[in-house]
Amino acid sequence: MNTPLMPDEIRQTVLCLLGEIAPEADLTALKPGVNFRDQLDIDSMDFLNFVIMIHKAFGVEIPEADYPKYGTLNGCVEQLSDKRVT
Amino acid sequence: MAEFVMPTLGSDMTEGTLVEWKKKVGDRVVKGEIFAEVDTEKAAIEIESFHTGVVEQLLTKPGERVPVGRVMAIIREEGTQAPPTIQAAASPLPLQRISPKAPVSSLHPAPPQIAAPDTEPGRLRISPAARKLAGELGMDPAFVQGTGPGGAITLEDIQRNAQTRRQQPSTPPAFAGETGDRQTKMRQTIAAAMARSKREIPHYYLSTTIDLGRAMTWLQEENLTRPVADRLLYGVLLIKAVALALRQVPELNALWKENTAVQSPGIHVGVAISLRQGGLIAPAIHDTDKQSLGELMSRFQDIVKRARTGTLRSSELSDPTITVTSLGEQGVETVFGVIYPPQVALIGFGKVVERPWVIGKQVVSRPVVTASLSADHRATDGHRGGVFLSAVDRLLQEPGQL
Repeated sequence: MNTPLMPDEIRQTVLCLLGEIAPEADLTALKPGVNFRDQLDIDSMDFLNFVIMIHKAFGVEIPEADYPKYGTLNGCVEQLSDKRVT
Repeated sequence: MAEFVMPTLGSDMTEGTLVEWKKKVGDRVVKGEIFAEVDTEKAAIEIESFHTGVVEQLLTKPGERVPVGRVMAIIREEGTQAPPTIQAAASPLPLQRISPKAPVSSLHPAPPQIAAPDTEPGRLRISPAARKLAGELGMDPAFVQGTGPGGAITLEDIQRNAQTRRQQPSTPPAFAGETGDRQTKMRQTIAAAMARSKREIPHYYLSTTIDLGRAMTWLQEENLTRPVADRLLYGVLLIKAVALALRQVPELNALWKENTAVQSPGIHVGVAISLRQGGLIAPAIHDTDKQSLGELMSRFQDIVKRARTGTLRSSELSDPTITVTSLGEQGVETVFGVIYPPQVALIGFGKVVERPWVIGKQVVSRPVVTASLSADHRATDGHRGGVFLSAVDRLLQEPGQL
């Protein structure tokens, strides 16, 4: 049976993944509506790795055209809230 | 017998600190296998063995600082007999160096005109006059690169080194025993290499604007067919185009050695990677021109990850034949790079931007990037540099062929 993902659960998982990408970052100060790349020292390789980690952690397909939607914490929560995990 | 020496992992490296041996005495080691981990001013590096055999002696202890070229271990190559034990010299560390140019046969006496008494492993090869002058100057000769026969340190080497130190009062040498953190050391290391580059290399600069329309469209379509973990970044197309263009202009794929440019048989593009703690490093992707785009992407991802986690291999730092740097993500449009000696060229890419572009008689919007070439005028002229940039442009117009 599919289970809906809770926003807090998504938020914590995304922050955990970001912590792996940018271990030096203070994620407690992360602004949820501002693009990660404007707040963290991450480049396109880091962002690609982040997308791959989201894909693996949540089991979702992410077309390249949707990458911008995953650019903020709020965006990730919004995108992934619509998904179901099995 | 083969000597395992502290390798030079770039022109800016003077020493390293042994973190740990990956093998113990009596273990078999294979050429290319990780033999030691060494901490340098830039990062912790896994050092590969250049020989296959059995570890005979480990002459350096973890925690010891070791100048480039000093013998750290003895490997008994297969089919040879164990020799008499060589004692690790009891004298202070700086006097235990031989030059990286010293042949393996330095177990035997060296030519008598140069430092005849100082030819066994672990001892410094230096002429008496050079040793005397170094003593007068308070200079540790173990950190001076020898240019004499077999890498021996000559009087001229000491004089040249003293001159360089006088000219760089604000840049303490990395071997001065400073207690600064890694960032400070890295800045000093980069400073030394870049100052040397600007001092010795007559740079010339060329740039061209390249239409990336076809490449970006091709990439978008290609990535639709790939699972997320296998998708390509456009930077990989740029690296591959550079590598293939070097086949057409091999003079740029060279190292400047002993007053001449020596072309490299392999194309090993060094990719500049910024480190999270500050500074940068440019490890090689070996045989870049022979990799498919998928392979190149995979290796690029791997090398960036390892650069940032301190698990690069020694060959990745010692083998680059040219460097590619991209500052486009920082919004930079044009890069005027400083060549990393002894390489003779550096390629820079800026940001991909939409610009009006004339195709036929139509003005259209196209994604373009500025590619720049910094090249050593001793090795090439502007004409060949121009041919190279044109080749990069042409290759990027046929992305499916990369």
